[in-house]
Formats: sequence, structure tokens, C-alpha cells
Amino acid sequence: MKQTERTIRESQGRISRRALLLGGVQVGIMGLLTARMRKMQLEEADNYRMLAEGNSVKIRLIPPARGLIYDRNGVLLAGNEQNYRITITREDSDDVDGLMGDLRKLVAMSDADAQSMLTELHKRPPTVPVTVADRVSWEEFSRVAVNTPALPGVTPEVGLSRIYPRHEDFSHLLGYVGPASDYDLSKIENPDPLLMIPGFQLGKLGVEAKLEEELRGKAGQRRVEVNSGGREMRELGRREGVPGENLQLTLDYRLQNYCLQRLGQDSAAAVVIDVTNGDVLACSSAPAFDANMFVRGISSTEYRKLTEDDHRPLSDKSVQGLYPPGSTYKVVSALAALEAGMVTPEETVYCRGYSEIAGRRFHCWKRGGHGHVNLVQSLEQSCDCYYYEMAQRIGIDRMSAMAHRLGVGVRPDLPMSAVQEGLAPTKDWKRERYGKEWLIGDSVNASIGQGFVLASPMHLAIMAARIASGRALEPRIIKSKNGVEVPHPEAPPLGLEQAWLDQVRAGMNAVVNGRHGSGGRSKIVMSEWKMAGKTGTSQVRNITAAERARGVIRNDQLPWRRRDHALFICYAPVDNPRYAVSIVVEHGSGGSTTAAPIARDIILFALSGGLPPLEAYPSSQRGGVEAERKNLNLVDPDVVARSGTSRA
Amino acid sequence: MSYLESNLKSVPTGFRKILYVNWPLVILLSAVASIGFLMLYSVAGGRLDTWAEPQMERFGLGMAAMFAVAFTPIWFWRNVSGLIYLIALLLLVAVELFGAIGMGAQRWLELGPVRVQPSELMKIAVVMLLAAYYDWLDVDKVSRPLWVLVPVLLILAPTFLVLAQPDLGTAVLLVMGGAIIMLCAGVSFWYFGTVIAIVCALVFTVLQSRDTDWQLLHDYQFRRIDTFLDPSADPLGAGYNITQAQIALGSGGLNGRGFMQGTQSRLNFLPEKHTDFIFTTLAEEFGFVGAFSLLALYGGILGFCLYSALLNKDRFSSLLTLGVAGTFFLFFSINMAMVMGLMPVVGVPLPLVSYGGTAMMILLAAFGLVQSAHIHRPR
Repeated sequence: MKQTERTIRESQGRISRRALLLGGVQVGIMGLLTARMRKMQLEEADNYRMLAEGNSVKIRLIPPARGLIYDRNGVLLAGNEQNYRITITREDSDDVDGLMGDLRKLVAMSDADAQSMLTELHKRPPTVPVTVADRVSWEEFSRVAVNTPALPGVTPEVGLSRIYPRHEDFSHLLGYVGPASDYDLSKIENPDPLLMIPGFQLGKLGVEAKLEEELRGKAGQRRVEVNSGGREMRELGRREGVPGENLQLTLDYRLQNYCLQRLGQDSAAAVVIDVTNGDVLACSSAPAFDANMFVRGISSTEYRKLTEDDHRPLSDKSVQGLYPPGSTYKVVSALAALEAGMVTPEETVYCRGYSEIAGRRFHCWKRGGHGHVNLVQSLEQSCDCYYYEMAQRIGIDRMSAMAHRLGVGVRPDLPMSAVQEGLAPTKDWKRERYGKEWLIGDSVNASIGQGFVLASPMHLAIMAARIASGRALEPRIIKSKNGVEVPHPEAPPLGLEQAWLDQVRAGMNAVVNGRHGSGGRSKIVMSEWKMAGKTGTSQVRNITAAERARGVIRNDQLPWRRRDHALFICYAPVDNPRYAVSIVVEHGSGGSTTAAPIARDIILFALSGGLPPLEAYPSSQRGGVEAERKNLNLVDPDVVARSGTSRA
Repeated sequence: MSYLESNLKSVPTGFRKILYVNWPLVILLSAVASIGFLMLYSVAGGRLDTWAEPQMERFGLGMAAMFAVAFTPIWFWRNVSGLIYLIALLLLVAVELFGAIGMGAQRWLELGPVRVQPSELMKIAVVMLLAAYYDWLDVDKVSRPLWVLVPVLLILAPTFLVLAQPDLGTAVLLVMGGAIIMLCAGVSFWYFGTVIAIVCALVFTVLQSRDTDWQLLHDYQFRRIDTFLDPSADPLGAGYNITQAQIALGSGGLNGRGFMQGTQSRLNFLPEKHTDFIFTTLAEEFGFVGAFSLLALYGGILGFCLYSALLNKDRFSSLLTLGVAGTFFLFFSINMAMVMGLMPVVGVPLPLVSYGGTAMMILLAAFGLVQSAHIHRPR
């Protein structure tokens, strides 16, 4: 395209004019930008600076709802309830003491509480809100809420706190939660920032503590804009947390309640295990305490009452209490002897009331002796001399190996606090522990569950369940997590000869149902629920030769602390075992008199799924049983026993 | 035979071209980029490798590209401008078909290891093609309707492709960049007046279309408009950025809070603090002095471009230089106006400062064109 010089110059001139115009506009816009910048950065700088100082974005955690705990039927054992509390943030107030005084006009608070809260307020960093009044009533809460403008630093808050609707029934097993203490935090390597929230509750004991991670959940986050005072101005973003996992236990709330009621005022423990799969259906320790007291904040008098009680309500005797298992341990000795081939079922041992071993006299509980007894009879009548003989034949190590196979001396893998290992002693153990050689007398004592042997009620229940099932059952208390069944593979066989197991079972059957059975008074007469068991009475004191010569002092004449422990293990029904039960009554005098009747009631309750029909008891005892029931304070008592013919 | 071709003898050749490079412009560009490195280092919390280092590498590459473009005769670029436009258009279509999704929009094209944003290339390609078009067009015909329609179509074709991505910021830049060339080329003001009137009517219609069956913009775009009109209406979402950006900017004061001392920037409240919102960090940490200095540097770059354009007697060169400078001006003024709350938030980076590879490279290559026009200007 041909263009002349003139047109080119003309066009260039136009471009230049337009370019200058454009440049002018650009300069104008840049001037506008500068003006805006000047206005913001110079004129209003202080304003913005103040906003920037005060206006910082903070991350606030949203505490997740703690996982709920249910029993095997879906009945709530541990839940969360809303509560109202009042917090004070020191930095928002010029005069905390005055503020506290104003607050006390609105919220009831004792002088001592107010004083300790003030101390706490001054101890904590000024930015940390401190809960000064927890669980205030709705009226108090609204009174404070209405008056917040006049109470700088005071914030009424709604939070969740733990509640145990079944009160003391599950207190030992579940434990309780409490605010995370500095000590708790020091034990955790990399504590969840959640735990730093003042007053955030974490599991202190029992399942609550052992499954803390699962139950706690994950904190949500709120991004909030806070002013220089730390007060939230507005929420900028929110990410919900993950609530804790819900747990379902294998325990049955009615059976658990019944166990505790039936143990009554005694210092005792009861464990019920499902023989088919190892589910722990009840695990009670009496006396119990109300875990809600601890969540609410227990008063020092209440606490002192609990700690000074000689029945030790705070201790969970079912897994923490260790007792010489006494004669219940004879099933271990019997099985060990059979397994070792050191005795045949038919062979008899002569009991003349005592045995002379290594120059010492070991007494049978029956002064006159049992005469000739074979294995089944030795269990039936709980003859000590028979086992003194067995102890010498098989030695302690084989005995303890059998104990381990039956679960004694092995720590049960349960998410409960301070689960004890128990003790089935060996020669090596004594050498290591005491630096002394094992003596034959130690074996003799161990064979009847005295001396070094120690077992918890849980151990005894496992032992009974293993004998009843012939399988190495492992107890479990967690059935499912968040609705997902916890895998629980079928237990492998114990690997014991069926014939030997049958002999011991026959012996246990004879204990209850035999003519001379030591637990004969606790028979179940309903044929399909017949029970097999083993009594045990373990000494907590030495009986001197002198006392023996004078005549052994009867238990009811001894002070409570020195009386024998009463034990009983059992399973039922005899021919197709379903439940195994162990009972330990501390200083309960006699296994057959104290522990066995309790065990029978509990196993019947389990079998019938409620209070059992009176027909299960021998006719002479029905009146007494009925009378005793009136003292029980049962949950859902309207759920009455099913007919005797149906079976759980 | 054009005027340019008749004066070839006076154009520098070979290494002599180095002497004729517009060096002050190079220094100004480097200064602005250096401010960018500094700010990227700061917003990364004192880390080089997060953003600053990759940005430096790209700046180096971009500078090399700039010189390569600069030493290539300007008439070559005029001759290939149509081809470049076509390539950019095809790439935009390719993005539409195979593009990667980023921030809710299809913007990138994966070419082997390289990720390119064809829309960035298109911004320059439109300027080049229109400059070439008006270089070719008879001066008398510039304002004739048919000859006005051609460039309008050339602008609108890529604009619609970009809008489909959707990328409102780039679409605005394309239209305005093209309009600047048309304005400089001498298209009658009547057209601009008419178009502005039509746009106003269109905006009104678009706003009316909200929540109807024929809604013309995405919901997020409507929300951005809402946010612009009243940032505090949605403090949780989109308005949050604006409010916080203004607080950061304002709190800088005269001298700022000092390098790496900006409390607002430290708090991670801006999701795009290393890209579109980087100016707030500069304004907070270096205050009015720092922010104005950057604006002054930008102004200097514009000034040298304008000077070069006025000096040049070649129509293509002048128009191209003005177009590149105009686009550059649009970039930074829209970005600044946006963070200062004078404009709705559209995704426009602060040129040479914001983190971003393609934009930086294309922009430097475009300044290569300016340099080429400067070096090869008829004397």
C-alpha cells in the first residue's frame, strides 16, 4: 500500500496526539492511585494501623464431642451433656478481683471457690480464659449473659461434659474424665493442642483413659478475627472436627448392675465371661463410687471418705485385686498332674488330715482327713493332702506352666487401668526375686493356691472359662468401635487332652452337685442350668502350731481384716457351658458359704436374662432367696425373668 | 514500499545493536523485578527457594528472550504478527479442549514439561496484530465502519475464548489492550463513546440477569461484584481478602513496618499473597514510600515507552510500543486499584512482581518488541 510522505506524517502526528492523550489519561489514573494510596497510608494510616494491631486472625479450636460408650444392648454408659459455665479472661478486665465480686452477685459461689479461682486466674497467662464457675444453672447463665457488657472479660459458655447415666455400676471399668493436668500433659510426648484448652477433659482412668485417643476425636478449627483485647470480633472460617469414636462394650448393663447389687456391702469382685467367645459380660468391684462425682469435681470430704474406706471403693478389685486363689487353684494342679502323667484319674491318695513333707506338717482343711480320695473326689471335697502329694510329684514349674495356659500369671489384654499380671511362681522367679532356692514347701503351698500364687478375679474367670470351653479364650470388653465390630478370632484349643479336661470338669461338677461337694449348698436344681464350680478359701494369716493345737479360731471371731478370703469359680450349664463366673469376697470367710451363693445368683441371672425363677433354687432355699432379692436395687426391675425353659 | 524499508541503511546491524538498546528501560524493568524478588522472599517467610528463586530463573530466561526478540528486526515481527495471533488463537482453542483446570478455570496447557497460559500470549498477539493491521491500513480508512469492524472481531474472537475459561481479568485486558491500539491508530472517538454506552447498557443487563434462567455470569463473578460494592457484606468469604488487603495497605503508613515485619502478611490471611495480592505486602512493609516508588518505576517504564513511540516514525513500531505500554499500564493499574478497593477483584497480577512464569516471560518478550522497535527505528 503506497503512502505518501504527507499522509505518513499526518498519521504519525495523529498517533502522537493520541499517544500523548493516552499518556495523560495514564498519568491521571496513576495520580488517582497515588491519591488513594496517600489517603490510606498517610491520612488514615493510624486507623488502619489500629485495625491491624487489634485485628489479628486467631485459630480457635472447637472441642470435638467425646465418643459415647454403650453396653452390648446399646444402652448408654457414658454420654455427654451440655453444661453452662462462666469463664474470665484476665487481660480483658482491669480489676479481676472486683469483677469476681460482681460476678458473685449473679452466680452462687462459695468464698473458698472464689478465692481459689482468683488464685488460678492470677497464675494463668492473662490471655487464657479460666473457667470460674462450672455447671451453673440456666438462670445463672442467662443472668450473666444479659450482664456481659458490664462484666468485661466474663464470657458465658456452653460446653459438653461427660455424664455416666449408670452411676457407680461401671465406674471402675469405664473410669472417668477430668481436666488435663500439667502432670497428664507431661506424660504425653506430643500433646494434642486440644488438651491445652483449659478445662478440656480427658480420660483419667479405665476405658476412658486407655481408649482416650479413640474417644477424644479430632478438634475442629475456627478462624476468628480478634481485637486487641482478644475478644472475638467475627468468625472467618470453620472446619468441623471429627467426633470421638463411639464404643460398644461387651458388657451387659443389667447384669453388671445386678452383680454390684448382689455383692452388696462386701469388699468383693465378680466377673462374668461368655464361654463361647470370651466376651466379658460383667466386671464388678464392690463397693463402687459414682464416677460423675469426679467429673463434676469431687469435694475433699467426699474424696477422703472414698480413700479412707477400708473396703477401698476406688480400687477395681476385679482386675487389680490380687488374691491367693486358694482351693480354686486345685483345678490347675489337677490338670498339671494329669497332663504330666504323674497321676491317673483312678489313683487314690490317702488323706489323714495332714502330710509330713520335708520335716514339716502340712494340714488338710479337714482335721480328720478325707481317707482315700481320687482326683474327682479330691476336687469335690477340696482335699488338700491330695494336692500336697501332686505338688511333690510334678514340681512347681509344670504347675505354673499349666497356670499360664489357663490364664493365671498372664496379664489379660484389657483396656482397663492397672490390670494385674498375677503370679504363677517358678523356681527361676523365686531365685530372681528373693535370691533363694525354691523349696518343696513352696510347691506344696502353691498346689492349693496359697504361698506365692496370686490371681485376680479376672484371672479366675478366664481360668474357669478356659476349662469350660477347652479353648484359650481371651477376654474382651470392646465389642465394636464406631459400629465396626472389633475382630475377635475364635480362640484356639487349649491343647489339653479331652479326657483330662473331662476329669476336672467332673470334679467341678461334683463340687456343686456331688454328695460330698464343698459347694453343695449352691446347687442349681433346674436340670438344664446345672452349674459346676470350685470353692476356695484363702488364708490371709498364718495359723501357728499353737493355735492349731488350741483349735483354729473361727472366722467370725476374727477381726474383718484377718478373715479368710472367700472365692468361687463356676460355669454353667454343666453339659453345654455358656457362662463362667468368678467371685472373690475379701475376708468373706468361706468360699462355699459366702462366694458360691453369689456366684450362683449371678450365673442364673445371666442364664435367664434377668432375675431367675425361684424353681432354679433348691426348695429349702427359695424363701431366703426371695427375701434377699428385696434388698436389691435393680435397674429395669420390670424386665422379669423369662420362663425357665428358654435359654440365652 | 514502506517508509521503513526505504531507510534501512541507517538501522544498526550486528553487535552495534547493543549500543542502541533502550538501556534505561532495561534497568527499570530489572529494578521492578528485583522488588518482586524481595517481596517474594518476604512473603515466603524468608525463604528463597519457595518463590523468589524460581522467579529469578524465569526473569533470567525472560531477559534472554527479551534480547533475542530485540535484536530481531522489527519488520520480521510485523510480518509474523498474524501467524503469532493464529498460534495464540489455536492454543486458546486447545486449552478449551484439553486444558488443565486451575483455580476453577481452564487456563493452562501442558506442553511436555512446560505449562503455558495461552491467554498471556494472546494479550501481546492482539496488540501485535492490530498494530500491523493499522500499519497496513490506509490512514483515511481508519474510521470507516467496515475497517473498524475487522479489528473489533480480531479482539472479540480471543476474548470470548478467554471468557469461556473463565477468566474475566484477561478478557478485560484483551479488550482494553486492543482498544488502546485502536485509539492510538486514530479511530474516531464516536466509536469509543458508542461502545462505552453499549457496555454500560450491557453491564446493566448482566446485573439484571442474576438469578434468572439466562444468567450471564458465574455465581462467583456476581459475588465478586457484590464484594466490590460492599466488602463487609461477606467478610467470611470473598470480602475478607479485600478488607484484609486494605488493612495491610493502610497500616503501612509512610515508611512501612520494615522488611519482613508486616504483621498482616505474616498471618497467612491472603490465599494469593504471592500473586495477585503481593502489592499489599509491599505497601505494608515499605509503606507509602515503597508503594509510591514502585508506581514511579512503573511510570518511568511507561515514560520511556511513550518517548520511544513518539520518536519512532514507523507506524507499526509506534503502535506496538504504545500497545505494549498500554497493556502493561492496565496490568499494574488494575491490580493496584483492585487491592486498594477501587475495583472489583479480577485475577490480574502485578506485572514483573507477582509470582508467575508465563506472564513474566511474555511480558519481557513484549518489551523485547519495544526494544526491537527502538533499535530498528528509521533514522
